[in-house]
Amino acid sequence: MTPALTTATSGTAVGDDIPAAVRIDHVHKSYGRPGADRPVLDDITLDVRPGEFVCLLGASGCGKSTLLNLVAGLDRPTAGSITVPGGRPALMFQEHALFPWLTAGRNIELALRLRGVPRAGRRAEAERLLELVRLGGAYGKRVHELSGGMRQRVALARALAQDSRVLLMDEPFAALDAITRDVLHHELTRIWSETELSVLFVTHNVREAVRLGQRVVLLSSRPGRVVREWEVGIPQPRRIEDAAVADLSVEITEELREEIRRHGRH
Amino acid sequence: MAGTDTTPVAGGDLAGLEAGLDALDAVQVKRTPLRQVLLQKVLPPVVAVVLVLVVWKLLVLARVTDDYKLPDPSAVGGSLRRLWLDGTLLDIIWTSVSRGLLGFVAALAIGTPLGLLVARVPVVRAAIGPILSGLQSLPSVAWVPAAVIWLGITDAAMYAVILLGAVPSIANGLVSGVDQVPPLYLRAGRTMGATGVRGARFVLFPAALPGYIAGLKQGWAFSWRSLMAAELIASSPELGLGLGQYLENARTDSDMPGVLLGILLILFVGIAIDLIVFSPLERRVLRMRGLAAR
Ligand SMILES: Nc1ncnc2c1ncn2[C@@H]1O[C@H](COP(=O)(O)OP(=O)(O)OP(=O)(O)O)[C@@H](O)[C@H]1O
Ligand SMILES: [Mg+2]
Repeated sequence: MTPALTTATSGTAVGDDIPAAVRIDHVHKSYGRPGADRPVLDDITLDVRPGEFVCLLGASGCGKSTLLNLVAGLDRPTAGSITVPGGRPALMFQEHALFPWLTAGRNIELALRLRGVPRAGRRAEAERLLELVRLGGAYGKRVHELSGGMRQRVALARALAQDSRVLLMDEPFAALDAITRDVLHHELTRIWSETELSVLFVTHNVREAVRLGQRVVLLSSRPGRVVREWEVGIPQPRRIEDAAVADLSVEITEELREEIRRHGRH
Repeated sequence: MAGTDTTPVAGGDLAGLEAGLDALDAVQVKRTPLRQVLLQKVLPPVVAVVLVLVVWKLLVLARVTDDYKLPDPSAVGGSLRRLWLDGTLLDIIWTSVSRGLLGFVAALAIGTPLGLLVARVPVVRAAIGPILSGLQSLPSVAWVPAAVIWLGITDAAMYAVILLGAVPSIANGLVSGVDQVPPLYLRAGRTMGATGVRGARFVLFPAALPGYIAGLKQGWAFSWRSLMAAELIASSPELGLGLGQYLENARTDSDMPGVLLGILLILFVGIAIDLIVFSPLERRVLRMRGLAAR
């Protein structure tokens, strides 16, 4: 898959000829009385192209989770609109959110069942998805019997079981150690490149964003706005310790610092 | 700055790394050997019971009080043997247990939908939530006089008292079970399309199960207690002879070994049902989720 390279640098919307996988259109979000508080999200416009991997970067509390929840349909924007033409997106939470009363395999089968997969095909499909995240033997394991990294992989398999065109990921690897995270980055890019999935990946880790994304979008804090975006031209497979990844990370980190400093000034 | 020194990752290398990581931090679950179970779970209560018997025997030997107030343990054993040889022992126990279980099942059928309503419908919660939790602290013996006046000394009165004791426990257990469901599970369910009835069936109810089972357990204890109180107070020859009536008859006959036997049997049945039905159920549910200590 060769990503279409555009020269867009900020606040881009995809041209009307290509239907976006996710279209976030002038979205505002404030909690409480409208207009009373400073909004959490202010006029966010962002498109994710079909098959694109977009990383959303921003300081803690800038509204990244809020935005993902809006896209997932768990909450409504105060103003503006969000369209996901391909149907309900899958959302992978920061915590694994697996159901502890089911085994790893059954968690996946529940997602399949809710999607309408007939009973006969579920078991095999669940096994296939576990195989995909390299957890072939984990079907009968209880959630508490799995390590943190394994849980995240089962959660990824469950999200993939929804067979959505769009995968939303909210800092899914934030709580993992560097080596495990590295392994999961590899898995994720592999799975993404083997499917037509569009990914919107939230993180506050600049290196992670550059390691994974075709495009990195920086959000400001209070109110959350799109400050700038970068096209990442480094070909996959990348590694987090690559010099090119490091160089771009330095540049983005500087911008992020500047963004945070701005808050100290007023 | 495009791809200068990106070394392609060797797949096998990472797979090995992954296997190593998983082996390092997956939890090992092992079963406790039978010998250890016997030693840690069975022995202590047996020792405790033996100790109580020894103290009892010593008190009798020391003649702390009259024989008719504190009979020898062997006299209680004699009463038990006589009941057994009469063939009435199992009948007495069964009369009470069948009443208790039937009442409990009825309480289950009423308490479960009631609990769901209170948990999910705000108006209903505001209206009867506080009453329902208040009722839990009202000893159900207090209902016996009312039940007798309304329904006479009948089986119906017994069941009414059981229901009044057990329904609030079961409903409250379900309510607190539902309240304690982490919102994350509900949200995860919604993103997978589990909304409405499917959300209740696949996410809400299983997530609330531990609280619900705790409510059932307490509901059984309340059923049994209420039933014994009712049998004791509203005893009549027309009703079948249950444990409560047996106890009451022993009292009127000033038959202290019979009274002690009655108390012990009531205690024994309560514990046995809990051990046979509810504790294993609870342990199973908790262990499945990795919540049980052992
Ligand atoms: N339900 C809510 N009610 C009121 N305010 C909220 C609510 N949820 C989030 N907020 C506020 O919205 C802002 C953004 O929260 P959000 O969780 O989206 O941040 P985030 O970018 O995901 O942060 P982090 O990186 O720490 O996860 C925060 O200031 C938070 O206090
Ligand atoms: Mg967040």
